[in-house]
Order: sequence, then structure tokens, then C-alpha cells
Amino acid sequence: MSDRFSPYDADRPLMLKCSCGGNHAPADHHPEMNADGAAAELRRRSLSSEFEAYSNEFIEATLVKALFPQDEVRRRFLRAVGKGTAMAAIASVLPVGTMQAMAQDKGQLEKTNLKIGFIPITCATPLIMAHPLGFYSKEGLNVEVVKTAGWALIRDKMINKEYDATHFLSPMPLAISMGVGSNPVPMNVATIQNTNGQAITLANKHKDKRDPKMWKGFKFAVPFEFSMHNFLLRYYVAEAGLNPDTDIQIRVVPPPEMVANLRAGNIDGYLGPDPFNQRAVYEEIGFLHLLTKDLWNGHPCCAFGTSTEFIQKNPNTFAALYRSVLTAAAMARDPKNRELIAKVIAPQAYLNQPETVLTQVLTGRFADGLGNIKTVPDRADFDPIPWQSMAVWMLTQMKRWGYVKGDINYKQIAEKVFLLTDAKKRMADLGQKAPEGAYPKFTIMGKVFDAAKPDEYLKSFAINKMA
Amino acid sequence: MPKSLNFKATLVSVLLLLVFLAAWQLATLPAAGGAAGPAVSAEQAEYLKMLGKDPGAAKAGGFPTPLQMGQTAWRHLANPFYDNGPNDKGIAIQLGFSLARVGLGFLLACMVAVPLGFVIGMSPLLRRAFDPFIQVLKPISPLAWMPLALYTIKDSSISGIFVIFICSVWPMLINTAFGVASVKREWLNVASTLEVNPLRKAFQVILPAAAPTILTGMRISMGIAWLVIVAAEMLVGGTGIGYFVWNEWNNLSLTNVIFAILVIGIVGMLLDLAFAQLQKAVTYVE
Repeated sequence: MSDRFSPYDADRPLMLKCSCGGNHAPADHHPEMNADGAAAELRRRSLSSEFEAYSNEFIEATLVKALFPQDEVRRRFLRAVGKGTAMAAIASVLPVGTMQAMAQDKGQLEKTNLKIGFIPITCATPLIMAHPLGFYSKEGLNVEVVKTAGWALIRDKMINKEYDATHFLSPMPLAISMGVGSNPVPMNVATIQNTNGQAITLANKHKDKRDPKMWKGFKFAVPFEFSMHNFLLRYYVAEAGLNPDTDIQIRVVPPPEMVANLRAGNIDGYLGPDPFNQRAVYEEIGFLHLLTKDLWNGHPCCAFGTSTEFIQKNPNTFAALYRSVLTAAAMARDPKNRELIAKVIAPQAYLNQPETVLTQVLTGRFADGLGNIKTVPDRADFDPIPWQSMAVWMLTQMKRWGYVKGDINYKQIAEKVFLLTDAKKRMADLGQKAPEGAYPKFTIMGKVFDAAKPDEYLKSFAINKMA
Repeated sequence: MPKSLNFKATLVSVLLLLVFLAAWQLATLPAAGGAAGPAVSAEQAEYLKMLGKDPGAAKAGGFPTPLQMGQTAWRHLANPFYDNGPNDKGIAIQLGFSLARVGLGFLLACMVAVPLGFVIGMSPLLRRAFDPFIQVLKPISPLAWMPLALYTIKDSSISGIFVIFICSVWPMLINTAFGVASVKREWLNVASTLEVNPLRKAFQVILPAAAPTILTGMRISMGIAWLVIVAAEMLVGGTGIGYFVWNEWNNLSLTNVIFAILVIGIVGMLLDLAFAQLQKAVTYVE
């Protein structure tokens, strides 16, 4: 195909790098590859022994890390009981990896026809791609991934048991379990779906207002009240000295309407999920002010979860589901798969978005709307570990902005909702002292958050809405 | 004479359509090209590509041209029954889901509203007793019921049907009551004189006399139900023409949204025509 390079065309640049923007030779690229082709290629990669070993190890490492967040504790435990017992302890919770052969005869699936809800945004990538890539069916599950119209509906359908498991905004299971904004129904976060991957998008007319101190009177949109989007936007403007409740307006708006409202001049910007930040750039109506990665690198965003009742009634099904989603996360983490993943999730049945928009979000090589091409490989990432300190941070923000009142037992709620295996009980059965919870420290906008001292952290903020 | 009038009206309609299409075409003409200057660096070219613009070719504007519309319509209509899993179905399947929901909700509404309206119409006492409730419940937007329905019924598709039911009930109830109440006194008197039993009076005198009014109520209800289903399905999602609109809105694809709007309009018109025919069939000309 000579027209791909057009060396003699005076009006076109000579492109020796692949025209897709990817960092590979043009010969390696198959422009005619469609979603099916991409899915087939990814499936082929997932069947390679190399990936299988990698993903098994990944899953096991994820579990072990989640069980023993402090390496010291893990080593002490391993030394005390030996590898075999440790593996058996973990396998009794979740039959994984090397235990798969064993799992075959003991893991009778309680339920095989499942309905999983998702919102069509890139955060849902692992959950979605596990379907066309056959990760669910490989575990013997017949899963229907159902596109859902909004977060409130996801909440209602989970409470109504129409869905067996779902894509959540990671603070939602906390809110639902506590009965904030709905009936209290115990929910669990099994894995974090994605980390980073959000951005603050501003309308083109605000190109000269890059300092948040100039945002007084701005109208912003976020997708849901109990979302990292809401908490991070509030945090960001408050750090700039604005009160998010009085100095700016924050509305709950579904993401596609964010783009339309931005075009209509109805809002000045939004902290929204991708691909709708990149979509605003694609539509040439907004620019990326900053990526949320720059506020808190590695922050959780969406989660994969289900009700506590479902896990208790269907432990083996849940384990199989858990494994499929973790396998997908392992695949999605690898940068070399990202371009193909964009192809797989772009069609109508999943995200229904232009492929180039998704490619930019997932590969991290993107147009910023200001005329620059940026390369940020970890713009969106897929780190599945639901650290309980993340939950504690969310709870501090819920308290900070008045969504919950009074004293909160942060750790108790965090441990009840995040993670989720009844690992501790099993370990107690084995006569072992359960490991401490998972509370690494995080740095958010330059400030270290220590989950051991949530109240002190809260008191350090001048702008808040605590009664 | 009426034949030539018909002919002229058709002619004017076609003319109006052509004018409309021409105006549309003119309004959506791509801005005169030439923007692609010769000095595009590789980086700039890549940037343009990221914005969905091929270097050299003008990017299609946000609003589709009539030609694009035609292509989209053809693409949807050429294969209306495909089914690619729960999130991607052909337009005919989506319409089928919507029609089934409307039909079910409407039927339930008929089963409640017509007998109840009959009773209310025959008894002035009940009419007054029911009136305040009807007056309060009638103006409530059907979609306002949705959260309540989702909370109590705990099933999104039944909630959708319930919303259709609740919006269809009132026009039918009021019209039935009105039709039954305004049956000519002479006919009732004649029936009394002939000592017709109440059941026979209801079915052989009142029902035929009130039938045109009852059907008017049904026609209004059907119109409202079809209006509501699209909004309800946009809220609840899953299947149906309303879900289709939402899904394409999620994709910010105006072409598909406009196509769906046209389809909704045409189906609504057909439903209305069907009820007009029914109405004609039961109208008694003195």
C-alpha cells in the first residue's frame, strides 16, 4: 500500500513511523484489523503459556498482597506455616493459579448465568473485555454484561438483585453499605477496576484560566455524588482556597451530557470519566486542564463488586468471577495490549465510541486540546488491589463534605466493604492470627494521608462542611 | 374536486419536503476546505488525526447532512433484525421491545380504566367521590413515578410497564366516565320502559353509545404512552427504542439520534392511525 507513506505527495508529511501513532514499524500494523480481529489477537495472546503464567502469578500475587499488605507480615506468616499451608489457606478462599486443578473438583459453581452491569466508560475496561475475550466462559460462567443508563440505576439494580455483580464507582459500595443515599445493603468491592484515568476538562473559552483560584462562580459537572470525581474535584478547588459548596457549583450530570453542556456553555468544566474528557477534545470544545493522576497518582476510580449476600451464597461463582476480572486486569495492565483493547471495546455493544478516542485514553498518547500531543503512559492504569486505606480516604471525604455525620469507625467499615474475601475467618480457622488490614500511605496533592489517623487528617483542612 | 385537492396537497407536501431537505443540505455544507495547508508537520498531522481529521480531508461537522442521514437510515433498515447480544440489537428488535411494553401497560390500563370509568360514569355519587383523586393524580408526570416504581416494584422492566400503565389510565378513565354519563336520556328511558335488566342495559345501550368517547380516551392514552416509553427507556436502559436513543446519545451520534426520532414519529403516527380506524368502526351515524 504505497498511499500509506505517500513519499511523493507534496501535501502530506512523510510518515515513517506508523500512521496510527503507535510506537512500532508500519509493517507491524494492520489497519484493516477490526474489533473481531483485535479480540482474536488478544485471545491468542491470553492463551500463550507466557501470559497464562504471568496472569496466574499476577492473580496470586494480588491476593497475597491483599492478604498481607506488609511484606514483613507475609514473610513471617510464610516462615511460620510454610508455603504449602499458606497456599492452601489462600486457595480455600479463592482457588487460584497453581491450585486450578484442585479447584476443578472442589469449586462447584453455584450459579453460572450471571448478569453484570456496566457504565460505558473506559474505567470498565477489564470487566467489559473479559466478555469478548472469553475470560468469563473460560471459568465456566455464562455472563451477560449489560450496559446501564446511570449510576443511580446501577445502585437500584444491585439492591433489587437484577444484577449479580457490577461496575461501581469505588465509593458507592461504602455509601450503599452505610445506607447513605439509599437503603443500607452490605456491598463489597472485590477489585478496583481502574486507577487514574480521569481528568478535569474545561471549555475552550477558559484557556487563559489555568489557575483554579480564578474559578469562582464556575459551574462544574461530576457523574455521581459518591464518586472519586466529586471528592477529587472538591479537594482540588479547596486546596486552591475555594469552597466547593459556595464558590463554585457542582452538578451531577451523566457524562455524555457533560460534553453537550460544555458545548452549550451551560457548564464551565467537569471532572469526568474517560473517554468523555478526550471526547471533548475530539469534538474541539474543551481541553484537558489536568489529569487526575497529577492530583493523586494511582488513585482508585471504579470498582468491581457485588453484594455480600451474593458472595456468601455463591462463593465459588464469585471466585470464578473474581479470577476472570483479575485475568482481564492483568491483560489490560500491559501497555502493549492497550491499542488492541481499544479496538475490542469501541463497538456499539460496549463503549460505542470512536476508536481513536479510546486509543488515546488507553495508550496515554493523546491530544490535549491545546495543540500539544502528550505522552503519559499511565494516564489510565488497572491496578486491582482495593487497599483499605483508599476506603478510609473516601470516608474522610464523605465526612468532610457532610455526606455522613457523626463518628465513623473508619477501619471497621473499610474492612467490611473493601476486599472482601472472608480470608480472616479462614485464617482464624487455621489457627493463624489474621494479618493486619491493608493500609499503605498515599500522597494526595503533596499531602501524605495516613489511614491510621483519619480524624487528624480531617482536622487539617480549613475548608470543610463538618457540623 | 376533492380528488384534485388531495393531489394538490400531496404536491405541496412533497415541495415542502424538498425545500426542507435543500435548506438542510445548505446548512450542513462543510466549511469550504483549504484548511489543510501544505506545511503540516508530522506532529501536527498526528494531532489532527487524534481529533478525527484526516490531513487533507475536511472533518464532517457535528450535524449530519441529508446524505449521511440517508446512509444511516439505510444501514439500520437494511438489517433491522440483527442481534449482537444484550447491548447491540437491530432497530426492529428495539421497536418490538418498546411496542411490547407499551402494549402491555396499555392493556392493563384498559382493564382497569374502562370498567372503573363505566362504574364512575353510571353513579353520580362515585363520580364526585373519585374526582379529587383523579384530579390530583392525573397531572403527575409519568416519569415522576419511576423512582417510586423502581423502589417498590424492584424490577426495572416491570417499572417501565407500570409507568406506561399509570400514564394511560387517566385519559381513558375520564373519557369513559364522561361517555357513560352523557348517554342520551331518552335511550335510557326507553330501556327503563322496556324493563331491560341492568346488565343488558350496560352492554347493549350504554356501551355502544359511549364507545366512540371511550375510544377517544384510548387514542389519547396511546399517544401519551408512546411519548412516555422513549423517556422511560432512556432512564431505565436495557432494550427498546428509548435505550437506542440513549446509547447513541452516549456516543454523541446525532445522525443515529435523528434517525431514531424519525422512527418514533412514524410509529406514533401509525398507532394513532390504527386507533382512528377503530374509532370510525364504532361510531354510529344517526
